[in-house]
Amino acid sequence: MASKHYPTPMLDVLEEGPWPSFISGFKRLRDEHPDERIRSTVNGLLGQLEHSYETRMGYWKGGTVSVFGYGGGIIPRFSEVGDAFPESKEFHTIRVQPPAGNFYTTDMLNQLADSWEKWGSGLVTFHGQTGNIMFIGTTTEGTQHFFDDINEYGWDLGGAGPCVRTGMCCVGAARCEQSCTSEQVVMRHLMNNFTDDVHRPALPYKFKFKVSGCPNDCVNAIERADFAVIGTWRDDMKVDQAEVKNFVEAKGRQYVIDNVISRCPTNAIALNDDDTITVDNHNCVRCMHCLNVMNKALHVGDDKGVTILIGGKRTLKIGDLMGTVVVPFMKLEDDDDYEKIVEMAEEIIDFWAENGLEHERCGEMIERIGLVNFLEGIGIDVDPHMLNNPRQSSYVRTDGWDEEAENWFARKREEKASA
Amino acid sequence: MAAEMRQPIESGCPDGFQYMHPVMLRNYGQWKYHEHPRPGVLLHVAHSGDKIWTVKAGTTRILDVFALRKLTEIGDKLGDGFVRFTIRSNIEYMVADEAKVEPMIAALEEAGFIVGGTANSVSTLSHTQGWLHCDIPGTDASGVVKAMMDELIDDFRNCDMPNRVHITTSCCQINCGGQGDIAINVQHTKPPKINHDLVGNACERPSVVARCPVAAIRPAMVNGKPSLEVDERKCICCGACYPPCPPMQINDHEFTQLAVWVGGNHSNARGKPTFQKLVAAGVPNNPPRWPEATAIVKRILQCYKESAKDWERINDWIERIGWPRFFEMTNLPFTKYHVDNWRGSRSSLNASTHIRF
Repeated sequence: MASKHYPTPMLDVLEEGPWPSFISGFKRLRDEHPDERIRSTVNGLLGQLEHSYETRMGYWKGGTVSVFGYGGGIIPRFSEVGDAFPESKEFHTIRVQPPAGNFYTTDMLNQLADSWEKWGSGLVTFHGQTGNIMFIGTTTEGTQHFFDDINEYGWDLGGAGPCVRTGMCCVGAARCEQSCTSEQVVMRHLMNNFTDDVHRPALPYKFKFKVSGCPNDCVNAIERADFAVIGTWRDDMKVDQAEVKNFVEAKGRQYVIDNVISRCPTNAIALNDDDTITVDNHNCVRCMHCLNVMNKALHVGDDKGVTILIGGKRTLKIGDLMGTVVVPFMKLEDDDDYEKIVEMAEEIIDFWAENGLEHERCGEMIERIGLVNFLEGIGIDVDPHMLNNPRQSSYVRTDGWDEEAENWFARKREEKASA
Repeated sequence: MAAEMRQPIESGCPDGFQYMHPVMLRNYGQWKYHEHPRPGVLLHVAHSGDKIWTVKAGTTRILDVFALRKLTEIGDKLGDGFVRFTIRSNIEYMVADEAKVEPMIAALEEAGFIVGGTANSVSTLSHTQGWLHCDIPGTDASGVVKAMMDELIDDFRNCDMPNRVHITTSCCQINCGGQGDIAINVQHTKPPKINHDLVGNACERPSVVARCPVAAIRPAMVNGKPSLEVDERKCICCGACYPPCPPMQINDHEFTQLAVWVGGNHSNARGKPTFQKLVAAGVPNNPPRWPEATAIVKRILQCYKESAKDWERINDWIERIGWPRFFEMTNLPFTKYHVDNWRGSRSSLNASTHIRF
């Protein structure tokens, strides 16, 4: 039963030009795929997309679809113009958690493609903005079959709705000299402790974990994660003076002054007369710039760990928020350390679940109640690393000052004793 | 439903190590430095002396299984069978033998994929779902990316910008696309049009009221039916009410427009991370190729390329030259809409005599 192709004059324009065209890909499925179900589904999809292009409006609505035993993980889509394009009137996306670090073998990708051809449209994205593999386009029935299929060989659904969302981490220690932690291991410890909260949305709103191995923050954790884990180090950076000299020789002194020395945000690096460099490590803020420019000569230190920043999010509702420092430094090496970070995440999610308003991200809750109330709620002491500067406004009651000051000195004594 | 349903295996996030190239596995955490032998290729060298080459290519992001199989076939035949995807949906092939690099580049280009996207490139635009799959989109995403990458392809291939450039798109003001050096985002310009016949049944009214950032929505009886009304003088046209209440239609074929933002940078390198700032609005939402938005992006990129110093990201560059010069160079109009009035906006005002002449 060869169905008629919907005309796509506007989409056809997107087949022109040098960048690979997704429309050509859709048409390959429509015209060449052996399965009539896929050919016809993608024909309907092209018809509806063309209709959107012509009218400049979207025509999908949500609904409730999940798989047996879960409450989320699927983005249900029913067409509002299903009468005109019935072939794709149900077109749900299945969010699947990628392996930590987004690694695949070609064999595994082929196996996923086989399963998806059996039950879905044949369209897939690696990855969506949250980090999921997006299998785009299947029916309610196909959703369950496809999940049953891939779940048997190691794949599980990601988050959708007010829940812990799929995490992300950078390539990290697998292929990067600037890695300061075992990104994939951190991410799996966190994510897989909250599997229940991924699959059964019951939180105020979404909650995202992202792990970057260094302050370059390649997965954009600081701006996009409620719980950002970013690798850093606290001993001296390593300087290979022979490589420094090679660099100066190759690039010239002026280049090194203009692009390394004068770009240091805290003036912590100096070029000496003999073409070596000196680093003021106490005032280095680990911004990564000089390591990025001179990556053969400068390396992260040995005493590695992570900084944890809480509350990053995008616009809705109160405007964009960066994550802010809640833990300036912690080691993440042995099981006790991992247990500690997981417990901290549990503490934060529990407190937010209890105190957050409906549809309020963790960072918005902190904005509403103040950082101090949040810290007291999760049992973490205030620390000057958490601020750009102390309070500017004199409108504050300070009648508990003496007690707080004593707490500070007691903490300092304790730190000294345990160091 | 008579048959017994299968219980899910709650395995969560899979272990990445099982899919990792053996050289990367062997040298995990032991890398020494990297080089950029040519655009689209990275060489990482471990303390052990082991080397791994990465070949990076841009794709359509939304892959059909034919394209996916083509990518895996290239990885099987010419590579080592190990790949990964970057957060901008570029594919990376890791190979342990330098001799495999050139044939792989040739095969990828032959198959229509674009090798590049490393170092100081304009990498692939990250985008959302748009008209293809979102329930609240004001525009498309994949089409915008295709149209723009057709124009920016040389900057993806050549990697010769002052520093890397990340561009994002978002098809509603929730901005799933995230922060970027340049962001092209939907900007609605009129309040929602309310279908009062449907609100009472379709929407949980208190949640919709609570969702509004400026408290412009209140419950009301309209034509004898429970509904919601919007104080249009307060409404900022953000569209936040539309997802929880589809009868409050925010999208419009004419009044849904695009805005261009610059200077978002998540890296801590040099300065602290920054949010993007509005530079242009009123840009027509003009499928299938969005030429007006592309022209603005290209103009900004050209000024950046000509005027920025090495290693300056777009935010670093503008911080050095100042906003007046930015608007002058890019020939974009500066308007009252650029002056922020949201909470905390005083910190964006120039409380000094620092003026460039």
